[in-house]
Amino acid sequence: MPVNPATPGVAAAPSAGSSPVAHHTITLTVNGTQRRMEVAPWTTLLDLLREQMELTGTKKGCDHGQCGACTVLVNGQRINSCLALAVSKDGAEVVTVEGLAMDGTLHPVQAAFIEQDAFQCGYCTPGQICSAVGLLKEGHARNADEIRELMSGNICRCGAYPNIVAAIEQAMQQAGGSAR
Amino acid sequence: MIRFSYSRPGAVGEAVQAVQADAGAKFIAGGTNLVDLMKYDVERPRRLVDVGALPGLDRIEEADGGLRIGALVTNSALAYDARIEQRYPLLARAILSGASPQLRNAATTGGNLLQRTRCYYFYDTGTPCNKREPGTGCPAINGVNRIHAILGTSEHCIATHPSDMCVALAALEATVEVTGPQGERSIAFADFHRLPGEHPEIDTTLAPDEIITAVRLPPQGFATHHTYLKLRDRQSYAFALVSVAAVLEMEGDTIREARLALGGVAHKPWRDPAAEALLRGGPATRERFAEAAALILQAARGYGDNSFKIELARRAIVRALSQAAAGTPQPVADKRIA
Amino acid sequence: MPNNETHFGAPRSRVDGRLKVTGAAKYAGEFIAPDLAHGYVVSGAIAKGRIAAIDTAEAEKVPGVLRIFTHRNRPTTAWLNRSYRDAVAPPGAPFRPLYDENIVYSGQPVALVVAESFEAARDAAALVRVTYESAPHETNLRNRLAEAYVPPKERAGIDPPPNPRGDAGAAYAAAPAKVESGYHVAPEHHNPMEPHASTVVWEGDGKLIIHDKIQGAQNTHDYVTSVFSLPQKDVRVLSPFVGGAFGSGLRPQYQLFLAVMASLELKRSVRVVLTRDQMFTFGYRPDTIQTLALGANPDGRLQAIRHEAIAGTSPFEDYQEVVVNWSGLAYHCDNVDLKYRLAKIDTYTPLDMRAPGAPLGMFALESGMDELAHALKLDPLELRLRNYAEMDQNTGKQFSSKELRAAYQLGAERFGWARRNPAPRSMREGHELIGWGMATGVWEAGMQQASARATLTADGRLEVATATADIGTGTYTILTQIGADAFGLRMEDVTARIGDSSLPASPIEGGSWTAASAGSAVQAACYAVRETLFRYARRMENSPLANADSDHVLFAEGRIALLNDPSRFVTIADAMRAGGVDRIEQEETTAPDKGALSRFSPYTHAAVFVEVRVDEELGAVRVTRVVDAIAAGRIINPKTARSQIIGGVVFGLGMALTEESMLDHRLGRFMNHNLAEYHVPANADIREIDVLFVEEDENRTNPLGVKGLGEIGIVGTAAAVANAVFHATGKRIRELPITIDKLLD
Repeated sequence: MPVNPATPGVAAAPSAGSSPVAHHTITLTVNGTQRRMEVAPWTTLLDLLREQMELTGTKKGCDHGQCGACTVLVNGQRINSCLALAVSKDGAEVVTVEGLAMDGTLHPVQAAFIEQDAFQCGYCTPGQICSAVGLLKEGHARNADEIRELMSGNICRCGAYPNIVAAIEQAMQQAGGSAR
Repeated sequence: MIRFSYSRPGAVGEAVQAVQADAGAKFIAGGTNLVDLMKYDVERPRRLVDVGALPGLDRIEEADGGLRIGALVTNSALAYDARIEQRYPLLARAILSGASPQLRNAATTGGNLLQRTRCYYFYDTGTPCNKREPGTGCPAINGVNRIHAILGTSEHCIATHPSDMCVALAALEATVEVTGPQGERSIAFADFHRLPGEHPEIDTTLAPDEIITAVRLPPQGFATHHTYLKLRDRQSYAFALVSVAAVLEMEGDTIREARLALGGVAHKPWRDPAAEALLRGGPATRERFAEAAALILQAARGYGDNSFKIELARRAIVRALSQAAAGTPQPVADKRIA
Repeated sequence: MPNNETHFGAPRSRVDGRLKVTGAAKYAGEFIAPDLAHGYVVSGAIAKGRIAAIDTAEAEKVPGVLRIFTHRNRPTTAWLNRSYRDAVAPPGAPFRPLYDENIVYSGQPVALVVAESFEAARDAAALVRVTYESAPHETNLRNRLAEAYVPPKERAGIDPPPNPRGDAGAAYAAAPAKVESGYHVAPEHHNPMEPHASTVVWEGDGKLIIHDKIQGAQNTHDYVTSVFSLPQKDVRVLSPFVGGAFGSGLRPQYQLFLAVMASLELKRSVRVVLTRDQMFTFGYRPDTIQTLALGANPDGRLQAIRHEAIAGTSPFEDYQEVVVNWSGLAYHCDNVDLKYRLAKIDTYTPLDMRAPGAPLGMFALESGMDELAHALKLDPLELRLRNYAEMDQNTGKQFSSKELRAAYQLGAERFGWARRNPAPRSMREGHELIGWGMATGVWEAGMQQASARATLTADGRLEVATATADIGTGTYTILTQIGADAFGLRMEDVTARIGDSSLPASPIEGGSWTAASAGSAVQAACYAVRETLFRYARRMENSPLANADSDHVLFAEGRIALLNDPSRFVTIADAMRAGGVDRIEQEETTAPDKGALSRFSPYTHAAVFVEVRVDEELGAVRVTRVVDAIAAGRIINPKTARSQIIGGVVFGLGMALTEESMLDHRLGRFMNHNLAEYHVPANADIREIDVLFVEEDENRTNPLGVKGLGEIGIVGTAAAVANAVFHATGKRIRELPITIDKLLD
């Protein structure tokens, strides 16, 4: 919590003026488009996407890797974008929920989420979907128990879990049996 | 979060120099714990030295009959590596019991060793904490301490080490390879993490300007009789209340070699040589397992909310040893306890 | 006019689904504006006392910082407490952010840093230094029980306990069978996935467009115009998508006040988003301590019910919810004594959280019923049937409809309840003890006054509009279904507009009343348009409908056709032409039928059955199966309806097993204020949840015959889990959540 210490004198901070503010130039390919950008070292990939690139499909639910709403695919792997410093992802290929549909056709996981009603408020949904796409690619989930376990990094407070599992099973079947 | 500068050196030596030169500097790799703590203002580095892309540290290699795991191998890459799955299944299962796939994809082997406690007070700068601000006191001792330690505590700190992977590495007697300004050295896993004592602000015996380069696994992987049993407050994506890594080498019904490490109960993965000695050469019976558990927990102390952990650990040890002896390790996705 | 029912009752996919799965749906903190500034809240560290000093010097040096607001430099806002009372405020003096130096709860906002970027504001917030003077506080409700009081002023819409009936004391004393116990559910926080956020767009000249996370845009509108003394027309509030709320978005929260304050003062657009930790610094499900006593005859017939609750509230407001009243209407009993009191603790005011009060009270009642069944060696379901309430004895009214018997029967059949061995610890598999438990759920089926507008255009497209919200419940979808059916249109021809304070008045989305309220209003508006259109159609030259009356025509496929000869019809376009218009727009208001409500009590019911498996040695509990049979009138959309019930059940499983906001009473502070240590159920915690809707003919309390589904799913769930745990283990757990420590001997 952004509180200040209850005890005076603790947590002495370096003064703001002394902090160097060097920006870094990085190159990212986001949803297929390569971009060169100036980023501050403290800018997370999540804040870069949401605030600088206006790609607000990727959600901030906790900002601490505790909910999965910020899940994106970096070089094909699902990660929590809230804990990744953008500067450290120089050269990476990033896919967000906005980049999954092709020419207006939904990704099979997106379509399955609608069909199975795998969401309610929709706020965790982009993270769930990116996570599910990552899961299918990883190929470690072979049954419902394994889907549940390997989707547990995405919290859904609306409680759509049974439908999320059903949607992923549907997408898996479409992809040809188990993903492995 | 406070502002900081950032650099990405190209070699280990350069990285070590960068951190050595600046007392406010810290290494960062996966960032899954450090960025988290920086956003809470618990960690306030002035400079981050990104070692995440250092060459050569992301490989798993054969070494002296065992394996050498580069410090930058991600938790996922390690857990799903075929050699780990086959020869060190305990390690694979422990890793997969922790965090989430997203975190495991980013978190590194070296970083896992260095993750900090989940103590509520440590994380909350609105409260005192000896680990965060030495000398301010430990409110957990008489406070909300459901997740806190029962072994090896001090009057200054009752925090636990939260890693699952490290519990397995402790049982496997891994070695940590580090590089510092004075060169390279190896640290036995048991000596890597420390107890809080008078200095709870120091988690490990790694110097601030030393960097972990690899973790070495000895040849013996205990691939037949092993288990990682983790008990927690929800079925996944939660830290251990108590976890037990148990590995055995059996000859018929007799235990030839036994190793036990506990997670969630102490400032470091907890091992007890006397208990392991008691098991060695004895029968694989629940009675003998209970004796070992009693020995381990002899010195355990509860602080109120967490007092249940003593009994829970006792039962978990017996159960884990039963699983290991029977060759029925705890599965990760099937939540029925084997 | 007969209604088409192509969509009503059909499992339709969400009309907003595509926006949600592509990331295009925008939530309150995602709207942008030119020159948008970002606010970051600094939270207080002590529970009670005063701010002695705030040093912002270091923070102000951070590049990009525009202003740091504290109690010292905040602009003046309205004087009177009543100006701060929103539509659902309980009695009292609402909290005013940055009002003065006094600290009244831990986590209270003490400063707002506004900067050019989110990061600059965040980084500067870390450099604000606050010095406090502490005063003694008390957050432990148990230490305040002696000072418990009956709230002097009732909260609007919350019935106090009914007067005692019969003589519960004497009947209890005389009852051959009795159980009496205390029950407690840990405080919980709502934790919607979207943190609370407000983006205030400065339109110039004091005009604001506010994107707020709120369950009713008009509540925010009225709060802002009242607190900041702004003309009604200068403020428009939009909340097209709300990332979950569960009650946390009923009342405007402090980020809204701060964002509006900063925007008006800086004359530019400002966004304030709370952190996840700060989601633990306002309302929560109140700490409530209960005692329940049941007396019964040997045949199980209830002779006496005594149920008392003492709930924590804040120093500044008397939050109230219905906890004990359920015990007076769930079963037949002639001797009932119910009490509900409050006690003040130094936290923020509690806040309605999914089915406020009901899962607490019903945890006690339904655990007690299970205890009684066990004591009498009766099947728990049979005990409930023997005490079936045919009328609402709290009010003496008949139920408007009640198919709970059918729910019990269908639920039990689906679950296989008949195969249950009644003895605790009698069912096992391997290391696991298996337990089957059940409970009843009950929740009110409310309707509020609401207005809606329907606009039909000559091209056969319909827009329906009302100010309500969709917090994930499916409001967009059901309003679309209702509108489409009124004119026999396809779903894609209909647009539902909601979440906008400028639309016709609608109550906040809460209380499970949105379908009945907004749905009825939308239907009424559509019917009004239909009548107008029909009038035009009849007066058309040579109209085939000239002599038809409205009961003999049907709207379908863009036409008005004779029922008995569909080949004779008038198209919408032709009818409009005849009327000389190209669109018909009408607004209607619907309200509950007071006459019906004076005679009938509307309630939703559920019968929930749960299987748990408990590791005998380690005490770890798994819920492996849930069947929830629901009697909730007509179901508009079985697909979204099922999701509502599943969501409620998952909420209930969290209450039963994992959720607990832990207070350090010495610090007066919730300590596990994050999603790593506050355990919302994860995917791996949830297995089969089977939802059944029983036929229930509801025709008394709203025109649609619906009852609402957002809350009933949670109500009995936690009790059913606890009862299943007892059946598995023989251990009766009366304190939730049932964590592993409670099942170790």
